[in-house]
Amino acid sequence: MAAIFPVSSQEKHEKTKPSAKSITLRISKFNPGKDHAPTFLEFPVSYEKWTTVLDAILEVKNYHDHSIGVRYSCRQAMCGSCGMIINGKPKLACFTKISELNSNVVTVEPMNNFPLIRDLVVGFERMFSTHKRIKPYIVREDSEISSGTKEFLQSPEDVEKYIQFAGCIKCGLCNSACPTMATDSTFIGPQALAQAYRYIADNRDQGKDKRLRIIDERHGIWGCHFAGSCSQVCPKGVDPAMGIQLLRGYLLGYKK
Amino acid sequence: MSSIMRESHIMKIHYLTALVAVGFVIIHIMVRVMQGFSDSLLFDNVIANYKSIPYAIVLEAMLILISVHGFNGLRIILLEIKQGRVYENAVTYGCLAAMIVLIAYGSRTIIMASMGMV
Repeated sequence: MAAIFPVSSQEKHEKTKPSAKSITLRISKFNPGKDHAPTFLEFPVSYEKWTTVLDAILEVKNYHDHSIGVRYSCRQAMCGSCGMIINGKPKLACFTKISELNSNVVTVEPMNNFPLIRDLVVGFERMFSTHKRIKPYIVREDSEISSGTKEFLQSPEDVEKYIQFAGCIKCGLCNSACPTMATDSTFIGPQALAQAYRYIADNRDQGKDKRLRIIDERHGIWGCHFAGSCSQVCPKGVDPAMGIQLLRGYLLGYKK
Repeated sequence: MSSIMRESHIMKIHYLTALVAVGFVIIHIMVRVMQGFSDSLLFDNVIANYKSIPYAIVLEAMLILISVHGFNGLRIILLEIKQGRVYENAVTYGCLAAMIVLIAYGSRTIIMASMGMV
């Protein structure tokens, strides 16, 4: 652990960004190809009411340490790129204001249950492959073009059944928070299970049986212990834990 | 087990055995409470339980239900700890074998006691 912040640089920083408040930003640094163990670099960062954790990381990256590895894109909780562990909890860095953390020290680490690429960047290959496995699209023989109608109509009640699950941005925070993912390296994960429910609950879809077969395996839906942490950390208000329980209803035969 | 049955079928058995076992355990406790607790543990009274055919059936049912539920639970825990085809098959068939052995040994005891061979 090291406090890397030259005094002259700090003074310069304070001149350009006057602020009454500041925190210590601790950033996990680890390159699995080079380093033996993760270390934390500490940087004093001034902040305003609206400053997000991502803003703070980018400020450090721009002015103090260019080598910090961080993935981001939209900066408005739409792309799901900047998921990380912030003060011990999986959160989106662009969606977390420093002022809301109520802490003078903000520690950022890479997400759990994902292979580390470098610093705060993790690999999403497994999550994307499990997402792909559950067929995340409408499965049916006919199409909107060939059917008699121009589109498959849905009532507001039909949409209500799955719409909250359609909000998933594939940020991986649910998988990061999942205790089963931490122990079972082949568990399908709350992200994929919630998406399986999203399409099964869609009345335009006819792929229910195929999807249920995919998730009804040793490391499928039954691995969930219903800790509920996936739902707690979702930045988009998706409730994967509820989706998993509803899917179990189909498999146990009390939900058609 | 998983290669023989779908996981949802196994879990249906898992939940059902738990629920029915609770029912039988309640019957068992109620029968025990009818007698003084220390009296119920006397050798002759214990043997007398086995000689009552309905009660022997309750004990046999409890043995089967709890063994099936317990060993499947153990299988689930062990599969979550470690993964791999060889390990998973060893755990699955090992639990199945242990379950069969325990039920067979327990049944032998119940049958012998009920037939007055103890």
